[in-house]
Amino acid sequence: MGAGHAHKLYREGRSPVHALPPHCKIAAVFCFVLVVVSTPREAVWAFGAYALLLAGVATAARIPAGYLLRRLLIEIPFVAFAVLMPFIAEGPRVAVLGMSLSESGLWSAWNILAKGTLGVAASVLLASTTELRALLLGLQRLRMPSLLVQIASFMIRYGDVISDEMRRMRIARQSRGFEARGVRHWGVLASSAGALFIRSYERGERVHLAMVSRGYTGTMPVIDDVTASRAQWMHAAALPLTALAVCLTGWMLP
Amino acid sequence: MHVPDGFIDAPVSAVTGVVAAGAVAVSLRGARRELDERTAPLAGLVAAFIFAVQMLNFPVAAGTSGHLLGGALAAILVGPYTGVLCVSVVLLMQGVLFADGGLTALGVNITDMALVTTVVAYAIFRTIVKLAPHRRRTVTVASFVAALVSVPAAAVAFTAIYALGGTADVAIGKVFAAMVGVHVLIGIGEAAITALTVGAVVAVRPDLVYGARGVTARPLEIRDSPLAPAAPGAVARAGAPAAEPATAASQTPASETHETPEPAATREPAALPQRSTRRVWLAGLAAALLCAGVVSFYASASPDGLEKVAHDKGIDAKEEDHAAKDSPLADYGVKDISDARLSGGLAGVIGVGATLAVGSGVFIVVRRRRATAESERG
Repeated sequence: MGAGHAHKLYREGRSPVHALPPHCKIAAVFCFVLVVVSTPREAVWAFGAYALLLAGVATAARIPAGYLLRRLLIEIPFVAFAVLMPFIAEGPRVAVLGMSLSESGLWSAWNILAKGTLGVAASVLLASTTELRALLLGLQRLRMPSLLVQIASFMIRYGDVISDEMRRMRIARQSRGFEARGVRHWGVLASSAGALFIRSYERGERVHLAMVSRGYTGTMPVIDDVTASRAQWMHAAALPLTALAVCLTGWMLP
Repeated sequence: MHVPDGFIDAPVSAVTGVVAAGAVAVSLRGARRELDERTAPLAGLVAAFIFAVQMLNFPVAAGTSGHLLGGALAAILVGPYTGVLCVSVVLLMQGVLFADGGLTALGVNITDMALVTTVVAYAIFRTIVKLAPHRRRTVTVASFVAALVSVPAAAVAFTAIYALGGTADVAIGKVFAAMVGVHVLIGIGEAAITALTVGAVVAVRPDLVYGARGVTARPLEIRDSPLAPAAPGAVARAGAPAAEPATAASQTPASETHETPEPAATREPAALPQRSTRRVWLAGLAAALLCAGVVSFYASASPDGLEKVAHDKGIDAKEEDHAAKDSPLADYGVKDISDARLSGGLAGVIGVGATLAVGSGVFIVVRRRRATAESERG
């Protein structure tokens, strides 16, 4: 399970951002998003400044813009929702391009779009510069309960195994001439899901027995503990602190 | 349904974050009590299963498809504590790795999708299982109802959170109607899939379905085979080798049918596909009628926002009457029925009927055309 298990979202690289300890990065991203969310939506320029900040981080991490933009597509469902907003919101209306739109609805749409996009971009940057194992280790360093970290790590490790099992079941169904076309085929798919559950659960039992036979007592040994120096914390804090300055200016200015 | 950053304001996000952290802490303790040291691998593998099963596409019709949300399924299969834990971990990983759902909205997402769905589903499931006769069919029906209610319940919870800290300026009534309306439909699909999946698991490994413990598992029963000699020593004393294989052969199938219901169980899913469509259709129709008849009962009491704004601002002074204003259903009310609410509800029911008739008409025409096209090609 060692090699070749970097997730597809991770981008191999040797940049200052990659080299930062994971818990510093997680804390920085979280604080950054928090600052973004609490910025007043009328301060349009502040969001431009945040975007520039993120662009700076992406440049430092040598993440190409196209890659980042493609990963941003995940928020499309909410873009659709935000576009609807000016039509359904209440309040005084303004005429834009011959349509009567709600003014506060336009602001809400802008609010959701700007903050959502910045949040997604920050998470994408975190996921593409941090290895999975390091991410979990970072969460553990940030005092997330170790049992939760263990569950998450098992989920990540066996996620591919279970997904592959599901893919093999699909191939087996297809090779027997099955093609799901409508509601009447749900029974077959659901019994596959049931079988998948039984296999996953039984695999969990086997994994547990294998671990017990290797001396597992309920905690995983930490073999590669990461520590962060003061300088590294300062580097990571640069992003949220600059953002905070922008946010405060946004509140001060009318 | 993953809420992004900026949708709910910072204070309410923080409060839901605390609620979510509390729920996860309680679930950690509960899961450890249920699974002891097996918690980590088992919960991890079940989380991986939920993650995988969310990618399993269930085709609905005309190229659209849906997938399972998994809260109710997790609650029924592995219990409420482990269920909350698994769905929370899935949400956490989706947020951190895939940027699906905002980091600051993680509390909202966990409270809404992991906590409310799982707890509501499990409470309903246990209530039905306790009250109804202890049969395997009860488990399937109970999981259907539990999943059916859990999805709109999450929508209601979301609306409540939105009412407290929503950043958008949309009336609560509208958010409520839209969220619950859409999620009743999603809930029907979720219910069908959950019930079928739980049914499939119960048929093969009833002991693995946490919620159905004590229902499907029969206490071990020791019975004498009717063909076995009365005294154990009799076979040895008789010394007739011909009698022994006969007893052994008659004993095995008999004891198998007594102890496990497997042969009957494997037959059940094979019969399901034919029956399931009609049942899904009927359930969908019933829910649509219920929404139209009962929900509009309340919703139609005040005119919708656009009409109201138009009225307040006097925009509608020059509004021309719609060409269909004399139709029996004009302004969503049935003519000649004076009670506004009753008439609105009735109009909703008639509307659903008409939509259904037109929709199925189109569907049948399309299908027939496709069938003829295929036969021409073939």
